[in-house]
Amino acid sequence: MLLIPCPWCGQRDEIEFRYGGAAHVEYPADPETVDDATWARYLFVRPNPKGPLAERWCHSQGCRRWFNIVRDTVTHQIMRSYRMEEAP
Amino acid sequence: MTRLASGGRIDRSRPLRFTFDALPHTGFAGDTLASALLANGVRVVSQSVTYGRLRGIFSAGVEEPNALVQVGGGTGSEPMLRATQVELYDGLVAESLNARGRLSPEPDVARYDKLFAHCDVLVVGGGSTGLAAALAAGKAGARVILADEQAEVGGTFLGGRDLIDGRPATDWLAEVATDLAALPEVRVLSRATAVGYYDQNCVLIAQRRTAHLGPAAPAAMARQRLWQVRAKQVVLATGAHERPMVFAENDRPGIMLAGAVRTYVNRYGVVPGHRAVIFTNNDSAYACAIDLDDAGLDVPAVVDVRPNPAGGWPDRVRERGIEVLAGQVVSDTAGGNRGLESVWAGQRIDCDLLCVSGGFNPAVHLFIQSQGRLRYDEILACFVPDEAPQAVAVAGAANGTFGLRDCIQEGLAAGAAAASAVGFGDGHPAGAPQVETVAEHPIVPFWLVPDESGATQFVDLERDVTVADVRRAVGAGMQSVEHVKRYTTIGTGSDQGKTAGINSAAIVGALLGQPVAAIGTTTFRPPYVPVSFALFAGRTRGQLFDPARVTPIHPWHVAHGAVFENVGQWKRPWYFPHDGETMEQAVLRECRAVREGVAAMDVSTLGKIDIQGTDALRFLNRIYTNAYDTLAVGHCRYGLMCKADGMVFDDGVVMHVGPDRYLATTTSGGAAAVLDWMEEWLQTEWPDFRVRLTSVSDQWATVAVAGPRSREVLRALAPAMAADAVSFPFMAIREGMVAGIPARVCRISFSGELAFEINVASWYGLRLWEAVMAAGEPFGITPYGTEAMHVLRAEKGYAIIGQDTDGTVTPQDLGMSWVVSKKKDFIGRRSHRRADTARPDRMHLVGLLPVEPEDLLPEGAQLILEPRQEPPVAIVGHVTSSYRSAALGRTFALALVKGGRDRMASQVYAPLPDRLHPATVTEPIFYDKEGLVRDG
Amino acid sequence: MSGSEHPDHLWRNPDPKRSYDVVIVGGGGHGLSTAYYLARNHGITNVAVLERGWLAGGNMARNTTVIRSNYLWDESAAIYEHSMKLWETLAEDLDYDILFSQRGVLNLTHSLHDTREAHRRVYANRLNGIDAEWLTPEEIKEFCPIVNLSPDLRYPVMGASLQRRGGIAKHDYVAWAFARQADAFGVDLVQNCEVTGFDLDGGRVTGVQTSRGPIAAGKVALCAAGHSTVLAAMVGLDLPIQSHPLQALVSELLEPALNCVVLSNAVHVYVSQAHKGELVMGAGIDPFISYAQRGSPHIIEYQLAAAVELFPIFSRAHVVRTWGGIVDVSPDASPIVGLTPIENLFVNCGWGTGGFKATPASGWVYAHTIARGEPHPLNAPFSLDRFARGALIDEHGAAAVAH
Repeated sequence: MLLIPCPWCGQRDEIEFRYGGAAHVEYPADPETVDDATWARYLFVRPNPKGPLAERWCHSQGCRRWFNIVRDTVTHQIMRSYRMEEAP
Repeated sequence: MTRLASGGRIDRSRPLRFTFDALPHTGFAGDTLASALLANGVRVVSQSVTYGRLRGIFSAGVEEPNALVQVGGGTGSEPMLRATQVELYDGLVAESLNARGRLSPEPDVARYDKLFAHCDVLVVGGGSTGLAAALAAGKAGARVILADEQAEVGGTFLGGRDLIDGRPATDWLAEVATDLAALPEVRVLSRATAVGYYDQNCVLIAQRRTAHLGPAAPAAMARQRLWQVRAKQVVLATGAHERPMVFAENDRPGIMLAGAVRTYVNRYGVVPGHRAVIFTNNDSAYACAIDLDDAGLDVPAVVDVRPNPAGGWPDRVRERGIEVLAGQVVSDTAGGNRGLESVWAGQRIDCDLLCVSGGFNPAVHLFIQSQGRLRYDEILACFVPDEAPQAVAVAGAANGTFGLRDCIQEGLAAGAAAASAVGFGDGHPAGAPQVETVAEHPIVPFWLVPDESGATQFVDLERDVTVADVRRAVGAGMQSVEHVKRYTTIGTGSDQGKTAGINSAAIVGALLGQPVAAIGTTTFRPPYVPVSFALFAGRTRGQLFDPARVTPIHPWHVAHGAVFENVGQWKRPWYFPHDGETMEQAVLRECRAVREGVAAMDVSTLGKIDIQGTDALRFLNRIYTNAYDTLAVGHCRYGLMCKADGMVFDDGVVMHVGPDRYLATTTSGGAAAVLDWMEEWLQTEWPDFRVRLTSVSDQWATVAVAGPRSREVLRALAPAMAADAVSFPFMAIREGMVAGIPARVCRISFSGELAFEINVASWYGLRLWEAVMAAGEPFGITPYGTEAMHVLRAEKGYAIIGQDTDGTVTPQDLGMSWVVSKKKDFIGRRSHRRADTARPDRMHLVGLLPVEPEDLLPEGAQLILEPRQEPPVAIVGHVTSSYRSAALGRTFALALVKGGRDRMASQVYAPLPDRLHPATVTEPIFYDKEGLVRDG
Repeated sequence: MSGSEHPDHLWRNPDPKRSYDVVIVGGGGHGLSTAYYLARNHGITNVAVLERGWLAGGNMARNTTVIRSNYLWDESAAIYEHSMKLWETLAEDLDYDILFSQRGVLNLTHSLHDTREAHRRVYANRLNGIDAEWLTPEEIKEFCPIVNLSPDLRYPVMGASLQRRGGIAKHDYVAWAFARQADAFGVDLVQNCEVTGFDLDGGRVTGVQTSRGPIAAGKVALCAAGHSTVLAAMVGLDLPIQSHPLQALVSELLEPALNCVVLSNAVHVYVSQAHKGELVMGAGIDPFISYAQRGSPHIIEYQLAAAVELFPIFSRAHVVRTWGGIVDVSPDASPIVGLTPIENLFVNCGWGTGGFKATPASGWVYAHTIARGEPHPLNAPFSLDRFARGALIDEHGAAAVAH
């Protein structure tokens, strides 16, 4: 049971949140101009590192805001929590 | 009887009757089942799982591998409890088990609950260390939870005879307990075993609350409670488990851990034998010799593997005339059907009790679960905690600190430091009490007495695994302790190898010529002790397994005999049977009512999302496949949305209810997912959009009034609202009073009939429904359920997302290109151009008319082109929806068929168990193709 | 049970040679079966299986041992049914009692939607030559009497699909059986050997760097489940794989109570009773990415709530151990088996929750792919490039676990 620091509400149990996978995945600026392989990368390929990962969570049972954290996928330690508009 | 005349912490004034394997016995309040069995001279408590060997009580705690029992008697039968952990109560019924339990078919009516708690400092373990830690942290002002697994705090020193400040240690214990009770921020949990240590200092504690009361347990009280504690700091004072040494015939009843024997003597006033030999490699077991000597047992010898045991403890023992056989081992034992009769230690020594100590393994289970690392301490001859990533400290025996004085000091220091780390106190504990200490002669690591066969040298008593088995595993090529575990099953029992694990690593090491440190341990996983399924389940059972959602109109449906269908979490009326009616008859009647008269349906379960803001239109245009630029206020439009992969995700109606304000409906089951989806895009991709989303699903109740006579019903309900086709055209919205209730009425239709959906604030929902039924009565208004709705929409070829689609279907596949804009970007658009998604022979939604009009194809039936016998048969599609139609007077179906739009009027077959069922492919619309009825 | 049912010799523990024809990265079930079939079917024996830890110590040691082939889509049905057929003779083929027990796999349904989908699968399975039946609640009562069929359940059981040929086997024994035969063919099983890099010559892989030194290889075959993306990243290859914890648990030994495998999608149960008597259960996937081989306790709590709901008799059984594996989840819940853009580098991953049951077939087709340099017809649809084309094989409904 992770303890996740919501930048708006503070530390809350994982069960209050919804996971959103890797953060900072760029939506193609003009999807119509990219080729199938590039589009498929956007759709299906996400970072899956063994170690620190910037990822998105939504405090769905709380303030319902999306935000980012940096979490280590081996230790589950959370190093950083920041709002969507903050720089990675 | 082997009960001492006095002493121990039992209450001799309160005798308790119990049975073991149907034989009656008596114990005392304060006994465990194990101590009471020993007091009654019961030496054999089980037969081993594989070899059927006789086994006796081996330990006094959670590590017990032999005394596994089934406990019943009034509160339901529970398998595989450790007699050492079962508190005795009057009327207890226990049966021996051969390491395999029985599930009782009688229902478990007990209640199990959960409690979430937060604290500054969680102290796990209420022995001397843990008490000291809790006291120091509590006195510093921290909010403390102390969890102790036993009925009373004190840990192993309840079984010792130490002096603190010159008085019995139990006096100090009582004082500390009083001090703790006086601290308002300190909470002491008894019978509470910390079983799991998870991320960010989340610790699960299983607390036994009523089982020790037996039949007297209050029915309303939860039998067990699962605590989820989130602690800023954790102090693990979990003690250590004594480990045996391994020798031939080491599993006889009467062979016990030395520390456990001390506990039985000192805490329970029980001597588990008459003539005792001690076998040890360390000083701790000498205290056992002294206790037994004081209790009047004959103690002929202490067999010590160390060549020259000297100093305080050995001297004290020798002073009593007990022989110390230095540099000796117990290499064999003999016995009969009551267990041990003699041991061989270079000489035969008659005895019925052998007290073994091979040293101590710190109970690092929780520490490992916390992701801490171990190191092997050569001097202490055990694995001790090393680095820890979480905010956790380990103190006392769990940290490899074994003396009482040192444990108390370390506990005080750990408690003070933990409190200080979260802002309480300066980190310096109060002074420790005076404890007499005796200089110790160091332990000599010793694991295994050499023995050629190893076939009776038991490493794991619960799983019945011997040294011969380990040897065989290593001989087969296994070098990892994990492989040996799996090959032999060492450590896989319900005790999880608490007495076997480290010994097995040492034996593997010996066989491979490697030190135990290089072999390491297997991973300790939660739970630390077995936890009942029911406790993990808690109250999430029965109707609380998942809360049911009902609409405000639900009581009416119940009162009128509706049969309900689960749709997501909702209870929806499936159909409303009249007396004696089958489902089929009821549904046909409901369908006819919609097509020929008027009928009403509670559609309050539809998801509703209020979308507001100056960018609302932009937002909708991106979310939905179709465009909303031309949707005027007061009108609504059907909308479809795709996932980014281009596959249909959900649909609904978007109402333009005011400037920059829309209300979107979703499928009943999809409401939460759609809101999440919209918010995700809004917040993460389009944060510059000025849009706000609010779920209003529960705020509105909605009644669909459908049928040729629905307009008459609306007129009766809302005389002021112009309801004619010109004033109130299809897909228009009107606001006004309906049945005296402020309402929003939409002319939309999922049935294909003339229909109005009336939305009111949810608390008026039932009143509206009753008004609709009353106003409709002259027209024979009929309530209809989801099944009729499904039939009616299928007659119109309207797909149900999730029934006619499965996450692999595009709007184009559904024949709904008309709802896909070619002018704007929307989520999923790019995916529609991919090679596979643009294929012409994808699965298309088509209609099917079975060749025989009474032939009802089962939903899910697969379709093939040519009758062929041998599988695999090429599948071209499957039936997604299939019904009997009142309007058509026959059966019909919807199906997804490969290249289906190019197969119009051709034949497909559904191979069913009885025969092939032919059907003709048609357009997926069967009723009012021109929409005249709907738009009329 | 004490190991007496096992052969006296399983494998050598050789040091790695300087070079092999084929290096398989990952000594789990799939890596071992690949090595075996490379040797047996294709005569390629100059092979090393490199394992970072101990053989079959990842998902192979952590799964819930369920075997079935009742997958929905033709492509999946074909490969899993091939696996089932291999299972049916595997004990003889490998000369090892792997405790394969075809006791039947029951998939319960709890809603009209569930029921419709179950029927769809039953009908599709039959056309694909896979045994499948539909059971009414009365028939379930007969087949598995301890299922709670009360209409008062929050989500009452409406029926079940049944694959009688489905069942369980002993996971460790399966791995050891493959390992033993591969070793007998001369394959080097090298443990405690972590791959730390790849040697490339232009667009071609020529060897691997390991914690036990460099090893040259004619071909390199990745077979590392949850660690696939970590390895692939070393050669700049991105795989559409996410690694999640998947937890499981086991009870103490109990007298026989459950005679088949029971799965429920909606009420989330995945349970069987192993040969010795312990109840073995699969829990849900933790939502987040993790390599920690552990998950959160609420997943276990929910799993047991569901178990007690469907099997009230389990109420007082005890959990003695929980654990986690790292499942490699692909976008369509189907595996990726085939070539990569890098010459002589092959990939086999993405089996998600379905890996154990696929062990023989995965090795079979992967060995073919490696030996021939082109996919076997059974794994051709599971190519890495299907994602760009959009030709996904969406089996999200296949597992009781919702991905």
